[in-house]
Amino acid sequence: MNGGASSGKGLFGWFDRRTGLDAILRETLDEPIPGGARFAYVFGSALIFIFLSQVITGVFLALYYVPSADHAHTTVAYITKAVSSGSFLRSIHAYGSSAMVILLLLHVTQTFLYGSYKGRRELLWLSGCGLFGLVLCMAFTGYLLPWDQKAYFATAVGTNIAGEVPLIGGWLKSLMRGGADMGTLTLSRFFVAHILVVPAAIFAFVALHVYLFRKAGAAGPVSESPIEPKLPPEPFYPRQVVVDGVFALTIIAVLAILSHFIPFELGPKANPADAHYLPRPEWYYVPIFQWLKYWPGSLSFVGVVVIPSIVAFFFASLPFVDKRMERRPWKRPIAVGTYVFIFLALFGLGGLSYRSDHGDAGYEAQLVAQAKAAEEFMKKPFEGEVSGGNVAATVARAAAPTDPLLAEGGQLFTANSCNACHGDGGAGGPAGPSLAGIGKRLDVEHLTAALKTPSPKMTAGGMQALDLPPDQMKALVTYIGSL
Amino acid sequence: LSQLPDVSSETSRRSYIGWLFGLCGAAVSAVLSVPLVRFTLFPLTAKPTETKWSDAGPVAELQSSTKPQIRTVMVEQVDGWRKTVSEKIVYISKDPAGKLSILSAVCPHLGCSVQWQDGKNAFVCPCHSAVFDASGGRAAGPAPRGMDTLDSKVEDGRLLVRYQYFRQLVPTKEVIG
Repeated sequence: MNGGASSGKGLFGWFDRRTGLDAILRETLDEPIPGGARFAYVFGSALIFIFLSQVITGVFLALYYVPSADHAHTTVAYITKAVSSGSFLRSIHAYGSSAMVILLLLHVTQTFLYGSYKGRRELLWLSGCGLFGLVLCMAFTGYLLPWDQKAYFATAVGTNIAGEVPLIGGWLKSLMRGGADMGTLTLSRFFVAHILVVPAAIFAFVALHVYLFRKAGAAGPVSESPIEPKLPPEPFYPRQVVVDGVFALTIIAVLAILSHFIPFELGPKANPADAHYLPRPEWYYVPIFQWLKYWPGSLSFVGVVVIPSIVAFFFASLPFVDKRMERRPWKRPIAVGTYVFIFLALFGLGGLSYRSDHGDAGYEAQLVAQAKAAEEFMKKPFEGEVSGGNVAATVARAAAPTDPLLAEGGQLFTANSCNACHGDGGAGGPAGPSLAGIGKRLDVEHLTAALKTPSPKMTAGGMQALDLPPDQMKALVTYIGSL
Repeated sequence: LSQLPDVSSETSRRSYIGWLFGLCGAAVSAVLSVPLVRFTLFPLTAKPTETKWSDAGPVAELQSSTKPQIRTVMVEQVDGWRKTVSEKIVYISKDPAGKLSILSAVCPHLGCSVQWQDGKNAFVCPCHSAVFDASGGRAAGPAPRGMDTLDSKVEDGRLLVRYQYFRQLVPTKEVIG
């Protein structure tokens, strides 16, 4: 860094002398890339870019979203069907999660094929593995939030898988769900994980990952030594910045076009009682979904927990195992072969899942029906939620006029401003207590007496004495007693 | 880390590219922020929901009485993604010509619910004793204007009312929602 006083003039100079901004910018932009800018290096910065896009769209979506089992689906429908640009922003966010996963796979593949995890880059690789897991967590937790059919059932299956973990599985599943069953507490937990806990961890891991990357230095082409690069370096700015920028813009353009022409669907509200529903995860979880079919009964934890853990462990320990400095993929047949095999296996599992769904007439018909239900729900105009417990009760009472005495009493309750303090329908308000169930504590005589001459405690609370003609008093007291 | 020689042409080239980047970045950000702004401003641009007509009862029954009638009407309001239904009190008063008018029970003084008192043949507010005559005109007390009339119409023999709130403590009727 070129410390000391900045010679810059004007506003930038003023700012620089107080912040050292110029040195930070130079340190960032002059990162040396051995062998110069390449398209192959864009995936890391593209991931940061899409992550920021997810953060921004996510913050805006939170303006309307409510994480509760009774409102989540309504608020997402409101965003999708009513709010200006709502469907577009939600689609960018939802498709963005797929974009993150694709870019992540490309980033890992590039790093792997280029052997860029070699040469004192173990911690850099491990922090990347951490980010891999965190991104999958984001995808998993975000998927539940719309609380539609596929969200509900995919999460029911996902949390059941967690339940397969030996010893702590049952506890883990209850912890994730906030109880034995899926419900509003599950939604709260997933929401908090999705918007607070996991993103905070991602920010921290990205900082660590970028720091470790700068510490190790860019690895450069496959022929380059990973520790002491010999090719002439080119600074990150401007050529690599342009390449990265063009790639980021391309991704956002693809997301925008996709979101505009094929808006991300919202299905009908989750209905746990729908026994016919076929849960299908988002595409990136399909291979593992298919994999689980081959591990019946008591063996399931081997397929669900043991084997994926072994694969993940070997994946994470790669730079500790593969210590040769050779980076050219054609000289590393075992490592590259294994990587390609795993990829092909995942693709194969995806293909098998597709075939088993579309080869069975019953499944096929149900999946078509589910897609049609989602399409139909999307076409229906937004229907606001009639809400408020006492409002519903009020409507019910008004719809079914029962006793004329009660009806008159209800009108007197409002006409005498009782509702100003005790709330509509006596449900309680900021200035007065709820009157619900008061008829069980006080009989007609006591209620009448309390209205005519309130106790000192009531008066202190703002209650005024009320004297009405006897027939009206009777109606009012009957009404209050019925609350 | 300044491997760059402090040659003025190199510096000016980089600074020129820097400006270009800044401009492109600003332009792209501006385009990308359009949906965000639209999304955020949606509640401001949404048309104020037309208050729906509420049923106040059959006209024939209301016409038969000489003194003002109290009625509870159900008012549906849209609050973002929810619909709320609340009970409001109105008085239906008949002028000497027999025309029905609907009065809001909200006192134009400070918003308590005024009550019809047969004995006094007047509306009296229980809070600060504002008094209004049988057709809602200001008679005595602190109210700055008479009781507020609400829009009404007759459909299929039933009197419909559009419930609204008006600003308190001002001499003229001003709709506030």
